[in-house]
Amino acid sequence: MLLSQTTRAATGAPLPPRRRRRIILSGSRGESLTGLGMAAPALILLALFILVPAILAFVLAFTNAQLISPNPIQFTGLTNFIQLFHDPVFYRSLLNTLYFAAVVVPVQAGAALVMAVLVNTKTRGTSFFRTIYFLPVVTSMVVVSMLWLFMYQQHGLINQVIHQLSFGLVTGPDWLNNPATSMPAIILMSVWQGVGFHMIIWLSGLQTIAPDLYEAASLDGVTSWQRFRYVTWPGLRNTRALVLVTITIQALSLFTQVSVMTQGGPLYSTTTMVYEAVQTGYQQQQTSYASAISLVFFALVLIVAAVQRFLTREKA
Amino acid sequence: MKSHKVRQLTAASIAVLVAGLSLAGCSSGPTSAGSSGASGNTITLWTHNAGNPAELAADQKIVTAFNASQSKYKVNVQAFPQASYNQSVVAAAAAGKLPCVLDIDGPTVPDWAWAKYLAPLDLGSSIANQLPSTVGKWNNKVYAVGYYDVALAMFARKSVLKDADIRIPTVTNPWTGTEFNAALAALKKTGKWAAPLDLGTSGTGEWWTYAYSPMLQSFGGDLINRTDYQSADGALNGPAAVNWATWMRGLVTQGIIAQKSGADANADLINNKTAIEYSGSWAAAPLSKALGSDLAVIPAVNFGAGPKIGGGSWEWGMTNSCGNKAAATAYLKFSLQPQYQTGVAVAAGTIPADQSPASLKLDPSYAPGGTNEIFAQMSSKFAELRPPTPAYPFISTTFTTAAQNILAGADPKSTLDQAVQSINANIKTNNGYK
Repeated sequence: MLLSQTTRAATGAPLPPRRRRRIILSGSRGESLTGLGMAAPALILLALFILVPAILAFVLAFTNAQLISPNPIQFTGLTNFIQLFHDPVFYRSLLNTLYFAAVVVPVQAGAALVMAVLVNTKTRGTSFFRTIYFLPVVTSMVVVSMLWLFMYQQHGLINQVIHQLSFGLVTGPDWLNNPATSMPAIILMSVWQGVGFHMIIWLSGLQTIAPDLYEAASLDGVTSWQRFRYVTWPGLRNTRALVLVTITIQALSLFTQVSVMTQGGPLYSTTTMVYEAVQTGYQQQQTSYASAISLVFFALVLIVAAVQRFLTREKA
Repeated sequence: MKSHKVRQLTAASIAVLVAGLSLAGCSSGPTSAGSSGASGNTITLWTHNAGNPAELAADQKIVTAFNASQSKYKVNVQAFPQASYNQSVVAAAAAGKLPCVLDIDGPTVPDWAWAKYLAPLDLGSSIANQLPSTVGKWNNKVYAVGYYDVALAMFARKSVLKDADIRIPTVTNPWTGTEFNAALAALKKTGKWAAPLDLGTSGTGEWWTYAYSPMLQSFGGDLINRTDYQSADGALNGPAAVNWATWMRGLVTQGIIAQKSGADANADLINNKTAIEYSGSWAAAPLSKALGSDLAVIPAVNFGAGPKIGGGSWEWGMTNSCGNKAAATAYLKFSLQPQYQTGVAVAAGTIPADQSPASLKLDPSYAPGGTNEIFAQMSSKFAELRPPTPAYPFISTTFTTAAQNILAGADPKSTLDQAVQSINANIKTNNGYK
């Protein structure tokens, strides 16, 4: 609901007039039944693969269910949550997740906006740059992670470049094996991979801003900063909300990079909530404990999304 | 007219969907009740060998021979890629669709036996000649048996060791911990290698427990107390275990091993980027091809409690839900004849589990005097099974995380204490895995 509304607004499609909606609601029963029938395949699949697993996770979190066990499942109340809140690794994964999101959201959104403004000119070759920037997005995250794994090695490409550029004065760190640099290394790679996607969304937002606004502004003799600040920025209000929500959710669910590159280490410096949930649920076979982690993660995403929705709401 | 058609279409599609769903529901119903993997005298066999053509062909050969040897039973082979094999079995168990016969990674046998995936086997004298590490037991019952085993060992160039005045150890007289440390220090001192020893620290998954828990055991510690398998306290966090952890971390700080080793350990040894490689019997063939007679096979080091290597590789078992246990038992007994089970070991390049003369004739390299005899000796003399308890998958992942953190510089004692606490809590949650 939230997404579809903002997407529509961001891409500039006109909202359907209110009038029509009322007709559908009060229209013939047959028509609404048809509508329901049309939606049925999607609704059933949604219920089967999203709703049922979500409810299961809610229930399992309060039991002692194991992936493999001959014992019947018993309700254990809050045991899993008590264990969870006494687990230092859980707090570490929570902190890492928030740290990752806190850096990635502004950096990725900002870089994507700068790139979008740069490629939103009518000069030759812009589509070439758009394609180049978009390339990492269409590459699988697993592939990207493998490649960067090699680039980040002690004697890998990145450290070679640092060495050459500093005329041999600076030797780069062992990026992924050092607790101080492992998370920044993953952040840099993630932003590089994801920035093209949000550039495209910003770009679509930029193109919905009416050209006559820019014409009027240039007649008034604005500087390029003023043009951005008073014409472009306000025109991107809806796009902003979309970009913010999608990057945040994507950042909070950090998993692939960690699983491929560091397995949560060194010293838990890159472990995340989703990684912990998968690790305990599958490798350690503790289905119920993993469900409890997922439940806490769900609450976290819900709170963050609600706060963002509140901050970006349409002020009357 | 138009809306009428739409309505018909909707009704039809809903009907099809509902029918499909209820059909799917029905088909999973009866099988979960009891038997699976057999229809009459035809049984199904699962293996993890889909990505390993040589071994799969050897398994297939047994099945073909079995099907031809009698007319009563018939076996069908289904091969899976190793990466998704365990998940496939767990999913099949949940759906009540397990095959009759399947192969299992050794340390997983007790877990699957506890979960009632596997049925105890009655193979009688067919397993009399097996290496003990290839028989998967839990609660004094045999649940699985393997056709082969592998052995951990270190590899180096004889010339390199000779130059540094280091004694080449043997199975009867392996290096002591002091000797090993002195050798590593001497190699480091030459300055020829950034990190002279390659312990394979870039490995993932089960490798960490398989490779490093034998060292822990040789120091005098263990993954769990083996008297009743109820607690890891004292074994995994006692003074011996702390010594082991401190020693491992010391190798990193002294620059003897890399915190994360190279991607291809064999290539690093062949290119002289490392002096000693810690690997297993599977590396012997490519290394001896490259280094010839200069290759030294170094048996496990004795850190005090005797030299140790991990035991147990892939093993075969029968499921509890198997609809025709007589057929499954007949097949397993048939496959344990030397010409068949040792055929698999030869195809896989591994140590034949059957150490009888008839079996060793098929692969003379493992017989007395053969080039690979040293691995068979280590397997029979040094092999320590990974703890045969259903808690093993949990213990293994917990140990791996702890060992990785220790190598990265975490405090040994508190890290091991934390691991013990997790393991004990898990055992308690599962009512002692009884």
